[in-house]
Amino acid sequence: MPKPVTIRDNPSSHHITLQVNGLETTLRVPPWVSLLDALRDHLDLTGTKKGCDHGQCGACTVICDGDRILSCLTLAVMKDGARVTTIEGIGTEDRLHPLQQAFIDYDAFQCGYCTPGQICSGVAMLDAGHGESREEVKDLMSGNLCRCGANTNIIDAIMAVKEGKYE
Amino acid sequence: MNNFNYTKAESIDQAVSAVATQSEGQFIAGGTNLIDLWKYDLTHPEMLVDLNGLSELKAISELPDGGLRLGALVSNNATAYHPLVQERYPLLSRTILAGATAQIRNSATNGGNLLQRTRCYYFYDAASPCNKRNPGSGCPAITGHNRLHAILGESEHCIAVYPSDMSVALAALEATVRVTGPEGAREIPIADFHRLPGAEPARDNTLGAGELITSIDLPSTGFADHHSYLKLRDRNSYAFALVSVATGLEIEGGRIRNARIALGGVAHKPWRVPAAEAILVDKAPTPEAFAEAADLLLAGATGYGHNDFKIELARRAIIRNGMMALDPSTQRPGAQPSL
Ligand SMILES: Cc1cc2nc3c(=O)[nH]c(=O)nc-3n(C[C@H](O)[C@H](O)[C@H](O)COP(=O)(O)OP(=O)(O)OC[C@H]3O[C@@H](n4cnc5c(N)ncnc54)[C@H](O)[C@@H]3O)c2cc1C
Ligand code: FES
Ligand code: FES
Repeated sequence: MPKPVTIRDNPSSHHITLQVNGLETTLRVPPWVSLLDALRDHLDLTGTKKGCDHGQCGACTVICDGDRILSCLTLAVMKDGARVTTIEGIGTEDRLHPLQQAFIDYDAFQCGYCTPGQICSGVAMLDAGHGESREEVKDLMSGNLCRCGANTNIIDAIMAVKEGKYE
Repeated sequence: MNNFNYTKAESIDQAVSAVATQSEGQFIAGGTNLIDLWKYDLTHPEMLVDLNGLSELKAISELPDGGLRLGALVSNNATAYHPLVQERYPLLSRTILAGATAQIRNSATNGGNLLQRTRCYYFYDAASPCNKRNPGSGCPAITGHNRLHAILGESEHCIAVYPSDMSVALAALEATVRVTGPEGAREIPIADFHRLPGAEPARDNTLGAGELITSIDLPSTGFADHHSYLKLRDRNSYAFALVSVATGLEIEGGRIRNARIALGGVAHKPWRVPAAEAILVDKAPTPEAFAEAADLLLAGATGYGHNDFKIELARRAIIRNGMMALDPSTQRPGAQPSL
C-alpha cells in the first residue's frame, strides 16, 4: 500500500489508542491504513513482516486481545482500544520466551523473514491450548508459510515447548 | 484502491441506516475478504460501517426448540471451539476448522463467511472481463482456465464456485439465516440464501440491499453421532476445496433413518439434492448405497476441460465421506481422508 503522505493532518484520520506490547500508544491514522502498516510505518515496529499483504503467508501475524490475527487484513481503526503483542513484545534480549529459545535450539529458521509471524502464531496457539497431536499442531501452524522450508524444525520447536522441555 | 470513510456502528438500526443512506456504504466485520478485495481494486467502498461494536451479535445462545443461535459477529474460531457447537454440531466445528487458517478464522465472522466472494481467477483479476464483476463483459473461465470451476448449476454467463466451507455444513444442517434491513427483519433458509448464477451472476445471494445478517440459527438435529466433512484440495491445508462433502446420518438398528449430504466446490452454492438423501433411508450405510446417492447428486454434471476430474472426484468423495461419517473418532485434522 502506498504510504499516505499526510499521515497527521488527513481530514479523515481517526485518533486511536492501542496497547502495544504493554505500552499505551495513541496515533492518528486514516481509515485505510492496515494494522500492519500502522505498526511498521507509524510506530516503527518493523519486527512484524509484510510478505504478501493479502492473507496468504502469515508473516504479518500479531496477537490481538489474545488471538493471533493477520495484521495485513485488519484496519488499524478497527482495533482501537485493543491489546496488540508483536514479536518485539515477546521475551526480552536477556530473557527469551521459551519458544524463542526453542527456535534457536531446534534450528527453526534460516533467512528469518517468516520467524516473527511463526513465533507470534506459535505462542498464541500454545496459550490457547490448541493442538493436541503433532499432526494437529502442523495443521494449526499451516497459516505461516516458510519459503526456506524450516517447517519440520518449527514444529519440533513448538512440540518441545508443548511437551514441557522448557519449563 | 480508493480511500474511504469509516464509522463504528453503535446499534443494529444505526448500522442498517448508515449503509442504506450512503452510496457505496458497506458493512465490515472481520475484514478478511473485504480488505483483500479492496486491495485488488475489486470493490470500492466509500464508507465502511464497522459491526464489531455490536455486542448483541457476538453471542452463541441456546434456542427454546433445542437449536443454537450463532451470532453473526462471533468469529469462525470462537464458533468452532464453542463447547455447545463441539458437543452438538461437531460437523460444523470440523468444517469451520478445515477452512482458511487459525489467524484468518480468528478474525473471520459467521456473517462475513456466508458473504465471501468467489475465488475465480478471472473475478480476481481486475483487468479481465467477468460477468460477476462487470455484468455483460463475458466469462473467460468457460473456455479458459477452469480447474476450480463449477460442474453443477452453472450458466452460460458464469461458472464460478462459491468457496465457503462453513456454508456447506450449514446447508447439511438446514440452518436459517436471520437478517434485518431497511424494511425490517426476516428469516432465510440457508438453501435459499445462496443462488445459482443464471442470467445474473453478479448476485451471489438473495440478501437485499442494506440487509444485515444478525444470526445463523441451527435446528436441533446435529448429527453428532455420525457425520463427516471431507475437503479435497491441492494441498492439505490453507487451500480452498476442489471438492468437499458434508455428510450427516442418523442410524438406527444398522439402517439409515435420516441423511444429509451437501457438496462444496462444485457449484455457485452448496449443492444438495433431496432425492439423493431420500434414497438412503432404510438402507444399510454401505459404499454401494452412497454410490447410488452420488449418482443422483451428480446427475447432469458437466466439465469444462480443466475441471472434468471433479465429477469422478466428487463421486468418490461422497462414497468415502459416507463411510467416514460412521465413525467420527477416526477423523483427522484438516478434514483429510481418514487413514
Ligand atoms: C488466504 C485466505 C484463505 C482462505 N481460505 C478459506 C477456506 O479454505 N475456506 C473458507 O471457507 N474460507 C476461506 N477464506 C475466506 C474467509 O473465510 C473469509 O474471508 C471470511 O469468512 C469472511 O468473513 P469476515 O468477517 O472477515 O468478512 P468481511 O471481509 O468483513 O466481509 C465480507 C463481506 O460480508 C459483508 N458482511 C460482513 N458481515 C456482515 C453482516 N453481519 N451482515 C451483512 N453483511 C456483512 C461485508 O460487507 C463484506 O461484503 C480464506 C481467506 C483468505 C484471505
Ligand atoms: S503479509 Fe499478511 S498474510 Fe502475508
Ligand atoms: S526462515 Fe526463511 S522464510 Fe522461513
